[in-house]
Amino acid sequence: MNDIQWLIGGEAGYGIMTTGIMMSKIFTRLGLSVFDYVEYPSLIRGGHNAYYVRASDEEIYCQKRTVDILVALNRETIDKHKHELFENAAVIYDPDTIKVEPNEFASSVLLVPIPLLESTKQVGADKLMVNTVSVGASLALFYSDFEILRRIMEDTFGRKGENIVYLNVNTSKAGFDYVLKNFSKKFSVSFEKKPQKNILIGGAEAVAFGAIRAGLKFASIYPMTPINPILTTLVSSALKYSIVVKEPEDEISAISMAIGASFAGVRSMTATSGGGFSLMVESLGLSAQTETPLVIVEGMRPGPATGFPTWTEQGDLRFVMHAAQGDFPRIIIAPGDVSEAFSQTLHAFNLADKYQLPIIVLVDKYLMEGHATAPIENFKALSSKYRIERGKMLSDQETEGMVDYERYELTDDGISPRSIPGQKGGIGFSGSDEHDERGLYNEEADNRIKMMDKRFKKLEFAIREFPAPVLYGKKDAPLTIIAFGSSKMPIMQAMKWLEKEGIDANLLQVSYLAPFPGAAVERIIKSAKKTLVVEGNKTGQFEGLIREHTGLVVDHNFRKYDGRPFYPEEIVAKVKEILCQNLKI
Amino acid sequence: MSELKDLEITYDKPNWCPGCGDWAIWVSLKNAIVALNLNPWEVVLVSGIGCSSKLPYWVKTYGFNGLHGRPMPVAEGIKLANSGLTVIVIGGDGDQYGEGTNHLIHAARRNIDLTLIVHNNQIYGLTTGQYSPTTDIGEKNKATPTPTVEAPVNPLSLAISAGATFVARGFAGDHKRETDLIVEGVKHKGFSIIDSMQPCVTFNHKNTYTWFYERVYKVEEKGHNPKDKAKAFALAEQWPLRLPLKEGEKESIPTGIIYKEERLTWGDGILQIAQAPLVKQSVEEIDINPILEELK
Repeated sequence: MNDIQWLIGGEAGYGIMTTGIMMSKIFTRLGLSVFDYVEYPSLIRGGHNAYYVRASDEEIYCQKRTVDILVALNRETIDKHKHELFENAAVIYDPDTIKVEPNEFASSVLLVPIPLLESTKQVGADKLMVNTVSVGASLALFYSDFEILRRIMEDTFGRKGENIVYLNVNTSKAGFDYVLKNFSKKFSVSFEKKPQKNILIGGAEAVAFGAIRAGLKFASIYPMTPINPILTTLVSSALKYSIVVKEPEDEISAISMAIGASFAGVRSMTATSGGGFSLMVESLGLSAQTETPLVIVEGMRPGPATGFPTWTEQGDLRFVMHAAQGDFPRIIIAPGDVSEAFSQTLHAFNLADKYQLPIIVLVDKYLMEGHATAPIENFKALSSKYRIERGKMLSDQETEGMVDYERYELTDDGISPRSIPGQKGGIGFSGSDEHDERGLYNEEADNRIKMMDKRFKKLEFAIREFPAPVLYGKKDAPLTIIAFGSSKMPIMQAMKWLEKEGIDANLLQVSYLAPFPGAAVERIIKSAKKTLVVEGNKTGQFEGLIREHTGLVVDHNFRKYDGRPFYPEEIVAKVKEILCQNLKI
Repeated sequence: MSELKDLEITYDKPNWCPGCGDWAIWVSLKNAIVALNLNPWEVVLVSGIGCSSKLPYWVKTYGFNGLHGRPMPVAEGIKLANSGLTVIVIGGDGDQYGEGTNHLIHAARRNIDLTLIVHNNQIYGLTTGQYSPTTDIGEKNKATPTPTVEAPVNPLSLAISAGATFVARGFAGDHKRETDLIVEGVKHKGFSIIDSMQPCVTFNHKNTYTWFYERVYKVEEKGHNPKDKAKAFALAEQWPLRLPLKEGEKESIPTGIIYKEERLTWGDGILQIAQAPLVKQSVEEIDINPILEELK
């Protein structure tokens, strides 16, 4: 089994992101399982950027601690990351620009000095293209056919014209040839090309693709890390799929426009992070009160205020759960990986329309900006199976002869037939005041109770189509880990590693968080031997939720709030610590 | 095609104070919809919160009563989703010139094809009489211990400079003229604002009907050409005043179409709705396989 992690580090502005994706693409086309993760500060030029790409010929779920190939575009990268180097690792650097002492590394480390800057000059490229030379150099360490990279360059830069393709192919080829000539077979790992079954997809792309497939027609999104790739992905498909994607003046406008578009009858969405969501809060209640379907993606990053803008956290769970004045129904779904980001976004749009309420898709920086491989057939199958369900939306024919239509008609399931502007017999009123069945403001006590109960009744029916929380791993494992959202990825990795050591742990992943599936979670916890909640926030927001809805206290917790995602190594250590304690007892 | 009776609702009637300027604007709006031959089901009235924002309850068209200050972006979303609708935003001075000014500015610069009617009574009525963004400088009421020293928002200059392409001032004391302005505003392709002076008979004891009658004049009677931007701006700057009036002087308040310009609307630039409104486009058989393949 080969399992390596490649890392490029350097100043922002040197194409670190592009290079990282390029590397992920190489591994993907080699038929490997890939995961990438980027760390960067909140600025455009300067500062330290680090892009990790892990690849393996068996299935992997996330990044790991150790690095096998380090590309250092500056000296700072070596200082910051040399302690991460695994045995037999390779370090690619330019001896003309970085001073390196051989004795600063372990003896097994392979130093790969390459004239990166000089190579760019020789092919007539800009000095900013040193990163491209390093991609070719990296490839040559573990694979001997340059064609794979040439194809990627053509696919990536073809639209930008022949000259750009030519420059990229030649700069990367220069690095490739240099390493092949001088360091052939010196690196400890080599890969064979396997049939490619996967695509490489980012969490944000998966959300956007889900939305497109779900029939999204309107999106208004104000830029904010980490959901910007949703905006850019939607924009690049906007003309092809006839979707209006707008960048409004602020987040209040973003959610309001989406509500307006939905009221007018099209599927709409917005996306933001915690700060922007703070501005959207009042309108979240508006969506619920007017019973206007809405999908909101909230990408968590560490708060409060500006917080830690480019890092990750799971600290907004309680916020999105309780945001806005008063009691109203909402649904919160937290996908755990790219596949769930796609499938649960598809579901979110159907739920919004069928139950006429706001759906929050709760994600985070780690899931949004990372990429992972997943079988393309899975996405195609989900896509072809999907049916757009618009619930009780009235057709033009149905409204044609209607008189005295009432927008908030009381029904057995709490869901009222919905007309849209333009339908002749469907003239109706949507009001943010408490209203009667016609939508007219109404301050009577009995009407208030009827309308509150009506709105909440919808949830009783919605939860019937929630998938049950999933228990991954062996049912009778001595430890049950409980988590939500992106923590799933490092936990799944940890479980796999533990299994190899003969240690079993299973994972209870709760994706549908509101309404909380209390009964199902209670059942699983009661049959678990020991429990551990893993979540990325300081106060145990998820752990408290479990207690609130099950009355049960979990045995252990592992919380992280340093802006970094969980590492599988940390979870492995935590699990061992808990199980060893048990042995002592 | 509609008649006044088609716009009436039977189960409720307006609850504005007797004599409130909102009545006249309500009547004017209904008359305008009839005069424009609009189908009631193809009209959407979108409002915020405040006395004036209750207006859509009492007109039988589609209606959306949202949040204070936020009707504009809701209306923009409606218009972009269904460009075939006539979208009219109803707000007050607090709604549009206080809480929601940011949205007003951006809607104006985008030149989205909708009409904004601002019921401007220079006071917060529903909350019982605090000063508003358009309260005259030097006024004293329950929200200020001394006469206010804040210069009022000038809605007309603000709208012109923000990029609105139809800027008018109406007055509830002349509902026929208000009707005509609404008709022209709705007919205009682009962002229209009609700042409608509307005396609050309960809480604003200064800017009364009589006070306005003594000060308003019709710009067209002075030969104003609304396409003359410099002149329009000068007219807009006549009132409200940013300094207290000197002894013996009296305000002069221009009404009518102050500024008009033809410019591409926001919708004109959106290729996705060039053939049909979004809401009329089919969402069956969406094939994402091509974009999935690109991720190989």
